[in-house]
Parts: sequence; C-alpha cells; structure tokens
Amino acid sequence: MKKNSVMKLAVFAFAALSTISAATAQDAEPVAASDAAAYIFNTVLFLVMGMVVMFMAAGFCMLEAGLVRAKNAATICLKNIALYSVAGLMVWLVGYNLIYGVAEGGLIGKFLWWTPDDAFALKGGTAADAESWYASGSDWYFQMVFVATAASIVSGTLAERIKLWPFLIFTALLTGFIYPIQASWEWGGGVLNAGWYKDAFGAEFSDFAGSTLVHSTGGWAALAGAIALGARKGKYDGGRVHPFPGSSLPLATLGTFILWLGWFGFNGGSQLALGTISDAIDVSKIFVNTNMAACAGVVSAAILTQLVYKKVDLTIVLNGAIGGLVSITAEPLAPAIWQSVLIGAVGGVIVTFAVPVLDKMKIDDVVGAIPAHLLCGIWGTIVVPLSNSEASFLAQLVGIVMIGVFVFAVSLALWFALKLTVGIRASEQDELMGLDKTELGLEAYPEFVSA
Amino acid sequence: MQMKYIIAIVKPQKLDDIRDALTRTGVNGMTVSDVKGFGRQKGHTEVYRGAEYTVDFVPKVKLEVAVESSQAAAVVDAIRVAAKTDRIGDGKIFVLELSEAVRIRTGETGAAAL
Repeated sequence: MKKNSVMKLAVFAFAALSTISAATAQDAEPVAASDAAAYIFNTVLFLVMGMVVMFMAAGFCMLEAGLVRAKNAATICLKNIALYSVAGLMVWLVGYNLIYGVAEGGLIGKFLWWTPDDAFALKGGTAADAESWYASGSDWYFQMVFVATAASIVSGTLAERIKLWPFLIFTALLTGFIYPIQASWEWGGGVLNAGWYKDAFGAEFSDFAGSTLVHSTGGWAALAGAIALGARKGKYDGGRVHPFPGSSLPLATLGTFILWLGWFGFNGGSQLALGTISDAIDVSKIFVNTNMAACAGVVSAAILTQLVYKKVDLTIVLNGAIGGLVSITAEPLAPAIWQSVLIGAVGGVIVTFAVPVLDKMKIDDVVGAIPAHLLCGIWGTIVVPLSNSEASFLAQLVGIVMIGVFVFAVSLALWFALKLTVGIRASEQDELMGLDKTELGLEAYPEFVSA
Repeated sequence: MQMKYIIAIVKPQKLDDIRDALTRTGVNGMTVSDVKGFGRQKGHTEVYRGAEYTVDFVPKVKLEVAVESSQAAAVVDAIRVAAKTDRIGDGKIFVLELSEAVRIRTGETGAAAL
C-alpha cells in the first residue's frame, strides 16, 4: 500500500530482486513485460482488486444485518450503504491527499481534493522515469475502498442503539481525516518511515495491507464509540450477560464469505503491481497465505468453542474467519504457509477468548468487531518480524502505539463532542421499538410476524 | 346431542402423525395454531456468543377439535398415542363441554354443524 518510493522499488528494482532469486535458478531472469503491458496490468490489478474490496462493504452489511435483531436490520443496511458513500466523498474531498500529500517523514498531508493526473503516461513517458506506473484513478479507487472498510468496522460494534446522523458525521470525520492522517504516516511515507524512526527502533514500521492502518484503526474508533455510547438496554442487567441473538445466521455467514472473498483483493491488491512475473508470483502467494490464515482461524475457533462451551458457536467461528484474515493482513507475502496457518489460528483463539472478556467489561460489541479487527490487527502487526526479517518487534510496537493513541484519543474526543451536542444515542423508547421503525419508519421484514 | 371441545398442546413435529390418527378416527375438521409456552419442561438454555440464556417459551402447536361426546374418548386416545414420544414436553390434552356449534354457511346447529 505504500506508494512512490516503494512503488518505484516494486516496479523498477524488480531486476535486482529477480537477480537474487535467479541466483538459485541458473542465473536467468524472468522475462520482462513491455512498459505498456506493465502499466495496463498494474492498473487492472487496482481496478479488479478494488472492485472485490468494494464488495466487502456488502459483506459487512450482511454480517451486521444477520447479527442484529430484526427490528434494527434495515437501519444497519442503511448505515452500511451510507457509510460507504460518505467515505467515497470524503476520500475525494480531502482524504486522498492527506494520505499521499504528506512530506517524507511527515505527520500531516495536504488539505486538497483529488483530481486525476495521467499526463505523464499519456505523453509518452516510460516506466523508468515515472513516479508511478498505473492510471491515477485506479489507485484513488483502490485507496478509497480501503477507507470504507475501516468505517464499516465501526457500524457493527455500535449497532442497534446509535442514531443515524451522528454516526454518519463521525464516519465523515473518520474517513476524511482520522484514517488518512494515520495512514499517511506509513503508506504516504510519513513519520513511520522516517530515517530517525528506523535508527531509533531498528526498522521502519511494516504493515503490508493494513492490519493496523485499516483494521485496528476501525477497531479503535469502534471501541471509543462503544465506550461513549454504552451498552444496549438490558444487555448487562443484573450483572449478567443477556444475549440478543442475531436475526439471521445464514445472512451473517454469507456476509463472512463475502468478506473472505474480498480479502483476496484487499491483500492481493496491496502488492500494488502486476506488471512483472515476480509480482504475479507474489500476488499468488498472498492469495494462498490469506486463505490459509482464514481457514486456520475458523478451525481454531470451532475447536475452542466446542471445548469451552460444549457446542460450536457459529457466530464466533465467523469472527474466527475474520480474525484469521485480519491477522495475516500486516504481512501476507513473506510467511511460509505453516506460518500463515499459525498466525491465523492465533487470530481464532483471540476472538474466542476476547468476546466474553469484552462482555465482562460491559463493552457491548454487537458483531465482535473489536476482537476481530482491533485485537487481531495488533497481533498480526506484532508478528510481522516472525516472517519478515526487515521488520523489528520494537518498530512494530511503537507504530501500533502511535496509531492506537492517535485514533483512539481523537475518536473518543469526537464521540463525546457529538454526545454532548447532538447526542449519539437513540432514546430508550426508540431502542425498544427498534431503530427501523423510529429512524426509517419501516420494517426490514414486514411479513414476518414476531410472537 | 352432547358435544366436547378438545384442545391439545403438542410438539410441532408430531402434528402430521396426529392429523393422520384423527382422520382415521373419523374427525373431519380441526384448527391448528403455532403457540409458545412452558410446563414442567421450564424452557431450555441456548448459548450465543459465549453467553448462556434461557428460552422460557418453547414452540408448540395447539390443536382444537369439536366432536360429539361419544367420540371424545377415542379422539383423546388417538391424540395421546400419536403425540407421545415418552420425552418431557410431549404436551397436554384438555376436554371442555361445548354448548353450541353453528355452521356459518347453512345455519345448521349442534352436532350437525360439526
């Protein structure tokens, strides 16, 4: 996901990379594509993978619609399509240039809307002289759908009790400012890539596709929101946990499958290039590792819930798939397959144990987004040095803390500012009636009679 | 002519067996509704996302049949045999006196309306 300097490396220094691997392969290099072919394939990678990531918005929507009660299902659908749209507008208006307009080693980018600029390639420029070798719109689109993913994480945690418009105001601030500023520190070549950072902590921060930048960021914002908002009415009455079973587990399962599919675009597309044979090989490795981590997350969550609860808990197993995927996202390329399996399996363990712990703390996370995205995001980022020798544990830890403190503190301040001004919580009466009737004036399933 | 009104609360999955048994007994009409409730079974527990909770009201089917008094014992017996699984929660049968019945279309009354 890191552009400019790293893009140049990926596209142009592939000769050097291939020399290393070729040393074992009879000193031959893979044949090179023409500049035009590389440009087109790089662009196609962004566009196709971006479309798949866009569909993750549908995955989140179905997962959340299945895990809320029927009386709030239509509202969560509206929030999901609205947050995607708000993210699109904000990333165009300010987000993109906040991410990529940052100075080297800097903290904050430019407040400037995005416009496409493809003049260099159109006027006969070549890859060797280019800043970037793909259509600018394809990259904008790919970045935009990532921002939407972080916003999707928030809606699930806060479901069934947050008012629609305050939620969308927060979404605009998250997607326009909070996410872009912290993402610039890493993917824009900002502070987490600064020379002093590397000197002080042994390496640059490393987050390939966004375990921290996307998933933990969404998770921190969700956690801050859950604290400001409080639990759903009746959830923890009498010191006990009162479950509110979801309205449709098949829908939740479909949503999880869609997210899993989308993750191939999320991680695979983050290779950022498909113009060389080595890039094609790397994207394929990423697909395999991403898949194995999710498989391991599902199996470990299934076994653990069977052992702990004597029954397999489907919704925790679904969280296990997401947990495995988030865990591998910080480094989906370098691990051997067995390492991916291990990394993903730990993700399944984390969600299984974190779900009841959050309930003990009375933090009401309707869909389990905080365990799956925040905690597994931290785990996935910490474990990068296991397979990537260029990363350091200390550098990973410092980056996690910097981004965590920034996102959580700003989010918490914004949530409380909204709470004290417009209010963020639906009235008790509205919550009992269900937000579908009070916010939208309709029902998600009008022909189902509720007894 | 004396009539009885028989109400049976039974397990939903036994409904087809009961209907067949009653048809064989000569009953030619019944009313069925989906209901919830509890008796000595007192609900059961389920687990959702690591937390146990009690489902107090168990889904049941309520069956209502009006018959001539002479038929009542056979009908009760047919329901009891067909609904029985020997497990807790098999349900109950109630028999009430029925003072009148009217067929709306023709205006017939009493046993002729059944």
